[in-house]
Amino acid sequence: MQIYLPIAEVSVNAFLLLGLGGMVGILSGMFGVGGGFLMTPLLFFIGIPPAVAVATEANQIVASSFSGVLAHFKRRTVDLRMGTVLLVGGLVGSGLGIMLFNYLRSLGQVELLVQLCYVIFLGIIGALMFVESLNAIRKSKKAGGAVPTRRRHNWVHNLPFKMKFRVSGLYISVIPPLLVGVLVGVLAAIMGVGGGFIMVPAMIYLLGMPTKVVVGTSLFQIIFVTAFTTMLHATTNFTVDIVLAVLLLVGGVIGAQIGTRIGVHMKAEQLRILLAMLVLAVCGKLAFDLLITPSELYSLGTGGH
Amino acid sequence: MLRLIAFLIFAALPAQAEEIVLGLSRDEVAITANFDGSDILIFGAIKREAPAPETGDLGVIVTVAGPDHPVTVRRKDRRLGIWVNTDAVEVDAAPSFYAVATNGPLREVLSDTEDLRHHITIPRAIRSVGAEVADSRAFTQALIRIRAGNDLYQVLEGEVDLEEETLFRAAVQLPANLTEGDYAARIFLTRNGEIVDEYVTAIPVHKVGLERWLYNLARNNAVVYGLMSLAIAIAAGWGASALFGLLRR
Repeated sequence: MQIYLPIAEVSVNAFLLLGLGGMVGILSGMFGVGGGFLMTPLLFFIGIPPAVAVATEANQIVASSFSGVLAHFKRRTVDLRMGTVLLVGGLVGSGLGIMLFNYLRSLGQVELLVQLCYVIFLGIIGALMFVESLNAIRKSKKAGGAVPTRRRHNWVHNLPFKMKFRVSGLYISVIPPLLVGVLVGVLAAIMGVGGGFIMVPAMIYLLGMPTKVVVGTSLFQIIFVTAFTTMLHATTNFTVDIVLAVLLLVGGVIGAQIGTRIGVHMKAEQLRILLAMLVLAVCGKLAFDLLITPSELYSLGTGGH
Repeated sequence: MLRLIAFLIFAALPAQAEEIVLGLSRDEVAITANFDGSDILIFGAIKREAPAPETGDLGVIVTVAGPDHPVTVRRKDRRLGIWVNTDAVEVDAAPSFYAVATNGPLREVLSDTEDLRHHITIPRAIRSVGAEVADSRAFTQALIRIRAGNDLYQVLEGEVDLEEETLFRAAVQLPANLTEGDYAARIFLTRNGEIVDEYVTAIPVHKVGLERWLYNLARNNAVVYGLMSLAIAIAAGWGASALFGLLRR
């Protein structure tokens, strides 16, 4: 069934969009990532104009994250206090990110920057997570299934403005979470994604939060950052396509519910190794596109840059 | 005296031997929610005051053009091992859609001078001046190639049916990915490649119903539209969560 999208001004198959939304929704619920880093390139691929894809994707992430976070609220795996601190950083960061994005766009080459950002960050994070979770699985096998408790004390624990995060079982300074929030916000705005795939590893490895809490807290924070981004796009570029968003989010929210339930039945290490593989696969695809000779050397853009 | 002046003026005007009378299968295209492209049948007749001249081949050219927009054409090149956009050419105005249909080979029914004057073939319909890259022709060609691949630029040589040198018709297929605006349908009558008559009419293409309403809201009340998008997203997220909660019980 073909449907005409009023803002994107293209006609696409409605079931294709529902299916894409559902698939990405499952991953989103399982890993606590918004799924933007998968969906945005997929939307480019089916012919949605990039500006519309990025803006609409932000709106869709609001829906799937909201659906996912409710399931986490029921299981009490959302650290509201940590989420709020990250959110404050995130809003500042996305404001800065949009300014940086517009500055780079005035110089040209913004597409290349976005692609390189994807390749570099997905590559580093994917590789780190993959190695780490592989070691964790190996260790837990050797120890006969007993998971060793990790309690590392690094520079993070020697900063001022300490705060108690009861749900995460942490007593650390607010500076590292704020900085993580800002960094993720900047990258999210440049790359047009929620930023969960950067946030989740940062929370685990930099802040030392338990994996079970990380997913819910990340979803909580993503809702507000993407809602902010949606409003920015809707009011400045007029590129949020509500028909596209509805089709994606109907599939997405159902997928997210299924994904959250799959996630519950899996071990944290398994979950992380799967996410690492997914991140590396997307990174590989994007790197491949930069390296091979494209079949069409020319591309069209709207006039006036 | 007055009659004499009137006669002289009338005689001074070039006598139009052949004239186009036109019909369209539809005088507007409405883009609805399930819009999936559209066919337009352009048909008509050639009106003559006197019998058809014996000399010269008769040609009928039909063009349908979408609204003009500026386009940036970028070219990738290999730098440090990766493919990046290097050169760019700003095309001042290119139609978002363009179809040209003729009753015979373009070279035979249209002379170069007339093409240049009336911008009939696709390369002539694209306006590009002041390109700072040496091989700017390659960029325009790429624009045509990419748009032709999406059925946005069509050359329909020999697709105009001409019967008895009087009745003609041509079908133009508009693809699903149309841009809104006034589409110009032009019909040219040629003798030996020289244009003897021209007829221009507009076919408005616009969104209707829900599509129109959403588009207007997004443009005119962006804040309301943004908040509505967010409300729908939150409601859908909550709805799915509640529904699955019920299903599990």
